[in-house]
Amino acid sequence: MHAYANPTRFLKLARPLTGWFLVLGIAMVVGASLYGLFVAPADRLMGDTVRILYIHVPTVWLAMGGWTAIAIASVIQIVWRHPLAAVAARAVALPGAFFTAMGLITGSIWARPTWGTWWVWDGRIISVLVLFFLYIAYIALASASSAQGGVSRVTAIFGIVGAINIPIINRSVVWWNSLHQPASITARGSSIDESFLWPLMVSVLGFSLIFGAIVLMRMRMILAQTKVEARLKRMAAE
Amino acid sequence: MNQWAFVWASYAIVLLGSAATLIWSYRTMKSAEHKANSLESRR
Repeated sequence: MHAYANPTRFLKLARPLTGWFLVLGIAMVVGASLYGLFVAPADRLMGDTVRILYIHVPTVWLAMGGWTAIAIASVIQIVWRHPLAAVAARAVALPGAFFTAMGLITGSIWARPTWGTWWVWDGRIISVLVLFFLYIAYIALASASSAQGGVSRVTAIFGIVGAINIPIINRSVVWWNSLHQPASITARGSSIDESFLWPLMVSVLGFSLIFGAIVLMRMRMILAQTKVEARLKRMAAE
Repeated sequence: MNQWAFVWASYAIVLLGSAATLIWSYRTMKSAEHKANSLESRR
């Protein structure tokens, strides 16, 4: 891990990876979307609205995965003082917030024909809304306290503390009465029929690769901006 | 309301939003890298 603490070595790996993640991610998302829209069967109860599954589940998965990545990067930043960990955490925040918003919006659209309402104040939806506000607060804190392209110690601690919301989102449908269905995919297996499951897995993987490409691009942008700031400071001092 | 209207709306928002985020991230990255390289070559 420490081998990639060097930004030059990291950039050597990140440049080709960005392209690969992008090409594979787009191909998988386009394939899964076409399958989801035109080939996958309709559900016995939900009818055609079940097709929203292929787009809603990946966004919520990335919302939760994004904050988990911020928490892990924050621990690495504080414990091992890895210089790229802070840059990675800052790079994840914006796409994380975007996919959380997408999860809330697609969930609301799906709720209207299925539950008969756009919004209900239940445990799952409130905890995801809290996650969105946590992302916004993290972005504000990181922008106000950016240090050498990364984030300050206080922001990193906020990233770790905020991770308490992730198991709450996961368990919310078990702990509280909810209109939201319980988890269909657990460590013990899946209750989803294979005709729905495989395109869903392809869609989740495809969106994850696109998310990875966005994070790599943002990390490259932050590193380039840090380089510019350092160079301008040197020029001013000369 | 037709169920397909909800399906199309969901796909359009997520796919167009993701494409916009991707393009914006790419452009800001390229612009920052270009600025860094041009400052480097001014040495």
